[in-house]
Amino acid sequence: MGRKLLLEHINVPGINTFDVYRSKGGYASVEKALKTMSPEAVVEEVKKSGLRGRGGAGFPTGMKWSFLAKPEGVARYLVCNADESEPGTFKDRYLMTYIPHLLIEGMITSSFALGANTSFIYVRGEMMPQIRILEKAIAEAKAKGFLGKNILGSGYDLELYVQPGGGAYICGEETALLESLEGKRGNPRIKPPFPAIAGLYGCPTVVNNVESIAAVVPIINEGGDEYAKLGIGRSTGTKLISAGGNLKKPGVYEIDLGLPVEEFLYSDEYCGGIANGKRLKAVVAGGSSVPILPANLILKTINNEPRLMSYESLADGGFVTGTMMGSGGFIAYDEDACIVRNTWNFARFYHHESCGQCSPCREGTGWMEKVLHRLEYGHGKQSDMDLLVDISKKIEGNTICPLGDAAAWPVASAIRHFRDEFEWHVTNANEATTRNYGLAHYADPLPKLESVAG
Amino acid sequence: MLKVEDTQVPVDFSPELISKFDDIVSRYPLGKQKSGLLPILHLVQAEFGWTSVPAMDKVAAYLEILPIEVYEVASFYSMYFLRPQGKYVLEVCRTSGCCLVGAEKIMDHIEQKLGVKEGEVTADGLFSWRGVECLAACGFGPVLQIGPEYTFYENLTNDSVDKLIGDLTAGKRD
Repeated sequence: MGRKLLLEHINVPGINTFDVYRSKGGYASVEKALKTMSPEAVVEEVKKSGLRGRGGAGFPTGMKWSFLAKPEGVARYLVCNADESEPGTFKDRYLMTYIPHLLIEGMITSSFALGANTSFIYVRGEMMPQIRILEKAIAEAKAKGFLGKNILGSGYDLELYVQPGGGAYICGEETALLESLEGKRGNPRIKPPFPAIAGLYGCPTVVNNVESIAAVVPIINEGGDEYAKLGIGRSTGTKLISAGGNLKKPGVYEIDLGLPVEEFLYSDEYCGGIANGKRLKAVVAGGSSVPILPANLILKTINNEPRLMSYESLADGGFVTGTMMGSGGFIAYDEDACIVRNTWNFARFYHHESCGQCSPCREGTGWMEKVLHRLEYGHGKQSDMDLLVDISKKIEGNTICPLGDAAAWPVASAIRHFRDEFEWHVTNANEATTRNYGLAHYADPLPKLESVAG
Repeated sequence: MLKVEDTQVPVDFSPELISKFDDIVSRYPLGKQKSGLLPILHLVQAEFGWTSVPAMDKVAAYLEILPIEVYEVASFYSMYFLRPQGKYVLEVCRTSGCCLVGAEKIMDHIEQKLGVKEGEVTADGLFSWRGVECLAACGFGPVLQIGPEYTFYENLTNDSVDKLIGDLTAGKRD
């Protein structure tokens, strides 16, 4: 079993209260940072840890922090991105519900490192229960002297506020989030300037995911080098994986990066295999935005090596045979799942969530939804698959923010890997409305690659 | 397309509500009070059940911004209702992970049970329902939420939905 850095105490009764959390070593990172370290030293530890942004992009957190501009007399902000909305992802909700003080502690330590005196946690509006939990935790921490003026006598001041969103996936994009926090529509900004230069209210701002901020706590407690020893290669540390879909034991799991996908899926310690004795057909490994893979390609890379839960291994093979770690939203599809219907479902999602600024995304996501709808409901044409690929290519890379790419990839990858299932929906239109295509060949062993004599 | 429903029914903001607005606005730097718009709209909706034009106009006056700045926000975000709803709005997740475990059947069941289509209000004014996008609870699906507290109901079955609707009809709410 891997080490638990974030969820070690999650089952301790009362861990959502300050006193119990503190009795388990909570807020040690705040004491260590504020009393014994300079802000620069905290940033340095996070850099050494190799921590990569846990919200989906995987950009090194320490590097992002080091880009923060520090002009004299200008406020700086840390904003936590708790707008968790990526289909398949529910780790942040879990963490905030059960161990809210871990996020508060991470926010204090991180705000100190960045020199922010006001910080915000932007939580998606639907998570009102979590907002109440966080506000209670903040009040407790403040009453104990860990927030407010002159924290622990260090001279450092910090106010921390929770801000609700209004229900918009796009606000998980950091500049849309900042627009929303300023009381506007969530339209992503054109970059540059990046938030590190001009973010909230035009001031230098860092936006980090809930899990990234929580990970700062063990990094400061144990040191960046210790954290970097966990994991594999450039995928350091542990990662929360949200496991859902047709699994025996769905839930949130903290894994050491580098765990084989097969072990994660089938061992009793984790997902326990596919529910109801069914067979695995496909997996979306990192939230709806990443390419979907058939069973055989998620378990093994194209070189027939076991695929691992790491940024590099999941991306092995590029978009031809690989996928991405994304936010760690792991959705398993069993043999009864219809890939066409699921792709339509995703396309509808992105059409609904497109902010409408960029024509390729605003129009393209709607066209994809319509074409996929007719395929699913027995009115498709053989030319539709090429049409969908064509639309997806015209969205990808042509929009202000990555939502366009995120809408294009699931469609393009579904057609790449499951084209015969789409074609069957055209050739057997009537049958396709009454039964599913089934597992077909999607779990067959990959063909052995011929070894090239050196 | 969403249309901002026009109604002339005037609204009145109580001193208690205004003091909650004041508390929110105090979080932001001077002159950045517009940041309070989304949280304030949530409070308004919790109070009146939806965000009507007169209510939005009052919010604009309170925040010293133009009414259009409120309308464009309320119509952009999915949580704000621009027309009256049932007392309880059942919002069912309709995205991939929940569909794999039966969300579509749950929505069919709710439609049948309440006897109204998505977005419509029952004759007694108690219920409306709609499908919403991923609620970040994919491991516990199918799920639904009910505002303004946004209480969460997980691992739904037809029976648990029936019980929930029965409890709410009887005035019981946990």
